[in-house]
Amino acid sequence: MEPGEIHALLGENGAGKSTLMNVLYGLLQPDEGEVLVDGRPLNAKGPGDAIAAGIGMVHQHFMLVPVFTVAENVMLGAEQVRGGIAGFLDRRRARRQVTEVSSRYNLRVDPDAVVEDLPVGVQQRVEILKALTRDVDLLILDEPTAVLTPQETEELLGIMRSLKESGKSIVFITHKLKEVKAIADRITVIRRGRTVGTASPSASEDELAALMVGRTVNLTVEKAAAAPGEPVLEVAGLVVDDERSVRAVDGVDLTVRAGEVLGIAGVQGNGQTELIEALMGLRPVLGGTVSLAGQRIDGWPTKRVLRAGVGYVPEDRSVDGLVKEFSVAENLVLDIYDRPPFGSGLVLRPDAITASARERIPEFDVRTPSAEAAVGTLSGGNQQKVIIAREMSRPLKLFVAAQPTRGVDVGSIEFIHRRIIHERDIGTAVLLVSSELDEVIGLADRIAVMYRGRIIGMVGPDTPREEIGLLMAGITDAEQPGITDAEQIDAEQTGAADGSGAGSAATPDGPATPAPDVAGSEDNNP
Amino acid sequence: MSTMAVEDVAVAVRTGFWTRDRKIGAGALLLGLLAAGLFGSLATGADARFTLSEDAGGAALAVEGTFGAILFGLVAAAAGAALLAGLPKRWFVPLLGVAIVGVVLSFLCWQVSAAPTGQNFMPLVNIVRGTFILALPLIFGALAGVLCERSGVVNVAIEGQLLMGAFAGALVGTIAASAWVGLIAAALGGALISLLLAVFTIRYLVDQVVMGIVLNLFAVGLTGFLYERLMQPEATKYNQPPRFEAWPIPVLSDIPVLGPALFRGNIFLYLALILVVVIHVALFRTRWGLRTRSVGEHPTAADTLGVKVLALRYRNVLLAGMVAGVGGASYTLALYTFSKNMIGGKGFIALAALIFGRWSPTGALLAALFFGFADQLGTYLSAIDSSIPSEFLAMLPYLATLLAVAGLVGKVRAPAADGKPYIKG
Repeated sequence: MEPGEIHALLGENGAGKSTLMNVLYGLLQPDEGEVLVDGRPLNAKGPGDAIAAGIGMVHQHFMLVPVFTVAENVMLGAEQVRGGIAGFLDRRRARRQVTEVSSRYNLRVDPDAVVEDLPVGVQQRVEILKALTRDVDLLILDEPTAVLTPQETEELLGIMRSLKESGKSIVFITHKLKEVKAIADRITVIRRGRTVGTASPSASEDELAALMVGRTVNLTVEKAAAAPGEPVLEVAGLVVDDERSVRAVDGVDLTVRAGEVLGIAGVQGNGQTELIEALMGLRPVLGGTVSLAGQRIDGWPTKRVLRAGVGYVPEDRSVDGLVKEFSVAENLVLDIYDRPPFGSGLVLRPDAITASARERIPEFDVRTPSAEAAVGTLSGGNQQKVIIAREMSRPLKLFVAAQPTRGVDVGSIEFIHRRIIHERDIGTAVLLVSSELDEVIGLADRIAVMYRGRIIGMVGPDTPREEIGLLMAGITDAEQPGITDAEQIDAEQTGAADGSGAGSAATPDGPATPAPDVAGSEDNNP
Repeated sequence: MSTMAVEDVAVAVRTGFWTRDRKIGAGALLLGLLAAGLFGSLATGADARFTLSEDAGGAALAVEGTFGAILFGLVAAAAGAALLAGLPKRWFVPLLGVAIVGVVLSFLCWQVSAAPTGQNFMPLVNIVRGTFILALPLIFGALAGVLCERSGVVNVAIEGQLLMGAFAGALVGTIAASAWVGLIAAALGGALISLLLAVFTIRYLVDQVVMGIVLNLFAVGLTGFLYERLMQPEATKYNQPPRFEAWPIPVLSDIPVLGPALFRGNIFLYLALILVVVIHVALFRTRWGLRTRSVGEHPTAADTLGVKVLALRYRNVLLAGMVAGVGGASYTLALYTFSKNMIGGKGFIALAALIFGRWSPTGALLAALFFGFADQLGTYLSAIDSSIPSEFLAMLPYLATLLAVAGLVGKVRAPAADGKPYIKG
């Protein structure tokens, strides 16, 4: 690493990027080998040593105490104290330090805001601030854009550029090729714990992807034009609350036709999860109707919805999709274990279950030591393929996929995308929810953008990314000249959140892109 | 899940009329009316006298029983009605306080006025002093809970720590013939239970609640065995602890009513009150406090900033044991000789005070006093031959905690990482 360089570390999930960086940061100890900082071996026993050596890290899951203020989070571990051994906190100095550093690097944050009230993008700024106040020379950013809207991502890239100009080095860990090409000075690709090559940002995306996966991959999803048929899923005026009784879905109308993919784009936490769960009967429908092929299904129990011909890939496979301790074979029949040939009356038929698993494992390219292996021991991609295999083994009218490729390696993504398009081509209606805009654009025939519980735009897949990005941030064409009442409230509330985020620390020469802070309400703590 | 100020604004709008404050206000209104009606009709026409002394003599606040019961019931109802009308947020706690006090006074007017002739007075000084004495182990115990749980270790072992402290204080204090040596031994005795708790939960990741229960049983068994084999046969040698005598504070102890009630206590009373202040300031104003709270809320975040999570937890758990140990000694080095299982569940009520007091030192103090008052009231009521069984009041702490945990008296939020072992990596 050179001073003032942005070095991208590219690799698939599980390639060892985060592990490497955790070693650098002292969270893990190396078994062999050494790390050199300014020519001296770094022997970080803990993060304290790493910080002392000038290394700071922004973790993928933010390391912020939600109930603390920004200033408290920033000073934690390096507190300004007075009163000798008693160690009274000097809050005024801490606050001043935050204001100072944040204005020096154009990171607008209110030092007195409580972190849990801040939008995700601002929380990330706090993380960066935390590292900067510790005078680090090298900043590690672990998948920083995973939770950001395209606009927030732009802003972050801007921040990274200005940090670079002030002589800081940055390690940028990601698997998003576009961002790497946009900002990196040098790229190192790692795979299965080894460096497999370095590349310059001028390399094409396909070349980088090939390095990452170890073979050539087809990034664009090949598909024929859709041939939409009859409406299969019709949603009208759907209203759903989240578990805190806050309205999450606020009057959504949707129609998905047979043989088309409807993609729902949006920043996480804008009601997509609740919408899908309500469709599946996992969450009470408070208003509106859901119909499947003309028949009302709202209020049906989940089992009945599944039996009616709906396939479902839940958002979080380890919680909702699989029983981790069960074998692959058992997980493959979780939906129909009580039906012949797998079960009758009180008894299961293990031989039938195993036989069916033997068929489907190769069909869906599940890489597992055996049908009896516990699903939890498989990689994320293979776990996801088990779910896809299970759900696609029933005759389907509708296939609902929520974040089908989250935490899945590139090779498996390719496979899953092909299966989804195949399902569409045999006449199933497909509803896809993804926070990866590229995935939605690549797969969908129509794109609905969801913002704060409403569908605020319905566009074609050839719409420019920027336009969809603006919609994801809640900005519609109609809104700019004349704002409707409902939107007005939202706008005011965004303003309020903004105020707490930017507040007094806002500097006159703020960032060039004063993009509206998208109030991504997603909590980052897993 | 997702939290955002913006959405919370939206909630308040959507919930409409029946906010939590209003529901509680309606409850207080009904309760106040019920008190006025029920206690008013049960009370006799005799005076209910609240004397500002230790007996029937001296100045007194007297009120006619029926009138007082109805009046205070109506005061409580009025406070409830005010809450129901939807006053600003900052009025919530004072009004709720007025409502609770009103109901309690209404109840007392009935009880005192209905007491046998010659006994229809309530000596306030005695009641206040008794409340503090009975609350002492609860205050120490709940503070021990604060120290532990704010750093993310659940402390169910308060009972065991109190008992061990009481035992060690009695034994060592007797042998050394010094109350101060006994006090130090008590702190170490409590710390011993804490050490076991720390090693097993922090180092070996044993479930913290299970470990706490085991340690309570261990403390009961160990002290019970030693009591029967050692202390009982030779009580003069091993179980005649010296006592800290009352230690009136100059000037303050001469204040009428408050002086005799509060400032003629022993060292434990003062120590408890000082500890509440010290721990409160330390927790919210010092580096140690910030780190403790960060480790209790998000240990990984603290670790990435160089805070030594496990060492801090060890230290806090041990400190907690010492505080609880001293609390146990407030029995054996001031009031009684040691007896088998003498803590008798106070450790669990301390745990309840911790939760009711929302994991804050001052909250824990108030909760402990409330429970101590209920306890004292029970003693008083049985003395005046009340128709209310004292067992009824003994269940008040648990009832109050149940209501607190159910969220009826505000949002109870434990430290986020409370009870979760921290594993690096």
